[in-house]
Amino acid sequence: MNGGDEVVAAPGGPPLALDWKFSQVFGERTAGEEVQEVDIISAIEFDKTGDHLATGDRGGRVVLFERTDTKEHGGSRRDLERMDYSINRHPEFRYKTEFQSHEPEFDYLKSLEIEEKINKIRWCQTANGALFLLSTNDKTIKFWKVQEKKVKKISEMNVDPSKTVGIGNVASSSNLSSPKTHLANGGCSSFSSLSNDISFPPEGYPSLRLPQVTSHETSLVARCRRVYAHAHDYHINSISNNSDGETFISADDLRINLWNLEISNQSFNIVDVKPANMEDLTEVITSAEFHPTHCNTLAYSSSRGSIRLIDLRQSALCDSHAKLFEEQEAPGARSFFTEIIASISDIKFAKDGRYILSRDYMTLKLWDINMDSGPVTTFQVHEYLRPKLCDLYENDSIFDKFECCLSGDGLRVATGSYSNLFRVFGCGTGSTETTTLEASKNPMRRQVQTPSRPSRSLSSSITRVVRRGAESPGVDANGNCFDFTTKLLHLAWHPTENSIACAAANSLYMYYA
Amino acid sequence: MAMVDEPLYPIAVLIDELKNEDIQLRLNSIRRLSTIARALGEDRTRKELIPFLSENNDDDDEVLLAMAEELGVFVPYVGGVEHSNILLPPLETLCTVEETCVRDKAVESLGRIGGQMREQDLVDYFIPLVKRLAAGEWFTARVSSCGLFHIAYPSAPETIKTELRTIYNQLCQDDMPMVRRSAASNLGKFAATVEAAHLKTEVMSIFEDLTQDDQDSVRLLAVEGCAALGKLLEPQDCVAHILPVIVNFSQDKSWRVRYMVANQLYELCEAVGPEATRSDLVPAYVRLLRDNEAEVRIAAAGKVTKFCRILDPELAIQQILPFVKELSTDSSQHVRSALASVIMGMAPVLGKDATIEQLLPIFLSLLKDEFPDVRLNIISKLDQVNQVIGIDLLSQSLLPAIVELAEDRHWRVRLAIIEYIPLLASQLGVGFFDDKLGSLCMQWLNDKVYSIRDAAANNVKRLAEEFGPDWAMQHIVPQVLDMINNPHYLYRMTILHAISLLAPVMGSEITCSKLLPVVITASKDRVPNIKFNVAKVLQSLIPIVDQSVVEKMIRPCLVELSEDPDVDVRSFATQALQSSDVMMSS
Repeated sequence: MNGGDEVVAAPGGPPLALDWKFSQVFGERTAGEEVQEVDIISAIEFDKTGDHLATGDRGGRVVLFERTDTKEHGGSRRDLERMDYSINRHPEFRYKTEFQSHEPEFDYLKSLEIEEKINKIRWCQTANGALFLLSTNDKTIKFWKVQEKKVKKISEMNVDPSKTVGIGNVASSSNLSSPKTHLANGGCSSFSSLSNDISFPPEGYPSLRLPQVTSHETSLVARCRRVYAHAHDYHINSISNNSDGETFISADDLRINLWNLEISNQSFNIVDVKPANMEDLTEVITSAEFHPTHCNTLAYSSSRGSIRLIDLRQSALCDSHAKLFEEQEAPGARSFFTEIIASISDIKFAKDGRYILSRDYMTLKLWDINMDSGPVTTFQVHEYLRPKLCDLYENDSIFDKFECCLSGDGLRVATGSYSNLFRVFGCGTGSTETTTLEASKNPMRRQVQTPSRPSRSLSSSITRVVRRGAESPGVDANGNCFDFTTKLLHLAWHPTENSIACAAANSLYMYYA
Repeated sequence: MAMVDEPLYPIAVLIDELKNEDIQLRLNSIRRLSTIARALGEDRTRKELIPFLSENNDDDDEVLLAMAEELGVFVPYVGGVEHSNILLPPLETLCTVEETCVRDKAVESLGRIGGQMREQDLVDYFIPLVKRLAAGEWFTARVSSCGLFHIAYPSAPETIKTELRTIYNQLCQDDMPMVRRSAASNLGKFAATVEAAHLKTEVMSIFEDLTQDDQDSVRLLAVEGCAALGKLLEPQDCVAHILPVIVNFSQDKSWRVRYMVANQLYELCEAVGPEATRSDLVPAYVRLLRDNEAEVRIAAAGKVTKFCRILDPELAIQQILPFVKELSTDSSQHVRSALASVIMGMAPVLGKDATIEQLLPIFLSLLKDEFPDVRLNIISKLDQVNQVIGIDLLSQSLLPAIVELAEDRHWRVRLAIIEYIPLLASQLGVGFFDDKLGSLCMQWLNDKVYSIRDAAANNVKRLAEEFGPDWAMQHIVPQVLDMINNPHYLYRMTILHAISLLAPVMGSEITCSKLLPVVITASKDRVPNIKFNVAKVLQSLIPIVDQSVVEKMIRPCLVELSEDPDVDVRSFATQALQSSDVMMSS
């Protein structure tokens, strides 16, 4: 995109720019196929190990993928050998299962429809081989357990089922799809006559037999274990697990609540920014996340572009923040859109908890939690859109909420843009890595290496030149650069490897480097 | 498919339903596991039923929970204590499931069985089980193991004891906070079984590690362990090892830790002895009473009576009372409410003089609190104060508070105060009640809220019981009966309800002469709802009054109602008539 300025990687620069390759796509659209609204992906999340990936969609479904390339190497020699042969080794996933997490509902008290759209998914601690995750729509959080269950067939019984119609059909399989013919409570009436003081011979009755269970196939079953409801008056924008493994938070526009995973009927309000008079409302909470290791620290972002760090130890109701991260706006730079584009749509802690990445409409910012004077680095995501803010406002695109993510090593950050593009920036010291990829099978088709190191004071004349040069040739020919309907909002970085999963409408694209 | 004899049929079905696809039926079968075991006999229970249960452990949690519970009392059905080890494998599997309540129940059942097992069996079967769980791949097994050490440890040989202590130490440093929490919360139980020599060294070092854990939730549970550990140690060791920790905790950065300290502190006073209590714990407690965080003050205020009970009264008056006074005007209503719920108990501790001089002003100010919960908490403990300060003083200050609560705009507050009225009446006596509270009780019968009217009707009945029919005849009945002329039918219905409640208390004579005529008149009401309620009330009066009255007054009225144009009225009247027929024939 940058005219003749094709720098592949800053030679000699500390970390080499990654060479991204297409890995997989799930649910790829064929040419001319119309995207169903319910199929559009609305949340993506890797689990802690990176062996599983979950996506949620607007239809309230959660789809799970599992990694296939590491599954077998439990030390077998062949696998170890194969590991040496490192070409082509990158995370590969396969479809595991899916379940309907949320259904559309209607709040009769408020006459409001509650969409089934999954807003966020968070993985919880795995136990006994069962996967656990939290999913939420606007109002209700659910705790899911996904587990292999044995399919059992009962082969031997005391009572011939065909003769027990009056008692209740002791059906022969635990998940047979046969119509349920047994009578409700049919069996119970017969043992009411069996009082406890009935006397049995000490050796028992030899004619009685225990049911024999035979077949042992397995199938994946997702069960909703708990529903955390009725705690939010506004729309839930985030959920986040605590490092203590027993609590999580849920945040809506004005409040953040703290839950215990095991208790669904009680939560504690820990942040409440609702003013006494709603007319005094100046900012809302847009995103919240727990520190990855410090159980008492959490951060939340606001629509005015600030990030607040909270210490849960200080007080039960944390209305006063421990730290505030804000960028002073440049004097004279104010415009009608300044406030709108300052709104932070997503924040993420880096793995070590020292840095926070935030995304607002035009930029990605990396903050050091020990430095509240301003961001460490600012990355321009799509500066060429600045002159078009007015159009973007007209068609409401300016309110799109882009997510952001960091690599496991904290050296790179990524976020999405329009035309199904997403950008990867190097944030290590001295890194100038800037890559633009398109969510398609050929990600580098529109690769851009912007030479200008993202800086806080982009001199407008220079950037304009660069941008002009960038925009005119390749993009317009392609015709859909200004297609604001194809936006890449959701993406996630694999926790340990250089692999990104991102959503383009209903398709999940995966890339590796 | 085998067929079984007719008498065994129910048991056969019960056994088959262990594998039914309907969870209710499976649950039912599991709950009757002892019946199944007895029908199979001990031998087959051991050889078939228990292995069967071990294999079928991927059921729904409700079923697993029931199974874990049943197995805990299963020793008699497998042939007594010498076979109890047969029960360990299924419970061991249940100790590893993901659902906490199932694991907890399995641990509890294992503890129960382990408590009965022979020493050699413990060594052969139980201890290996604990070690297996502690080395479990998933954290769930390790979490469960922590709750079993105190069963395994006492009967272990010396070398294994050392090993068990080492394993416990490792569990306290597990990567998973869940495991560390479980280890922290079970430390007290385990420590109680450890020999004194090791207690002071190894257990104390484990404890110290836990008190410095990164996770607040682990440290919180370590605080809970303080008191339990303190009781095991000699006072001087307790002062040396536990006291500094708890004093440190009382100034912890995290309000949740301080909250736990506030809840636990009084338990430590005994363990450290009076000297250390005076020099360290009282100042720590006072700090908590004045904490910045309201939640901490709530916890501290809630324990003020318990704390003072342990202290020398002199010390309590000098050191604690001034801050209690501060709390009575705390900015948080919840703090004041917590204080109000316990402050009455201070009266006997401080004695009469100090109570009147120091406590009474606090108590009066709480009684005038703007927050109804605070006032209610005081009023609910009134008997304790009555004993100390006497009725006159009390009634002067009490009455305005009660009247205000009685008219509070929140109906739940009114409901709460109504529920205290019979208690107040019995404590304050007839005289006081007549003057001041009688009219309130009538007023509630006309409340806008149904629950209040309903409670008021009940209240009238309880007052009649308290003061007797004669008093009720004078002070309640005429006023109540007057209200039957209320223009609104819902209020008339309340009166009918009150009459049906009063009748059994007032006895046959008054019912016939006073109550019944009112009910009969009401049967001519224009509203059908009143009429069918009359039928219901009449039915309830039949057993109370004489047969002749039933014949003369109740039945004619019911017969008339049974021909009413309204279907509901007819239905209830017919029902009442039938029940009177039954009464007569018997």
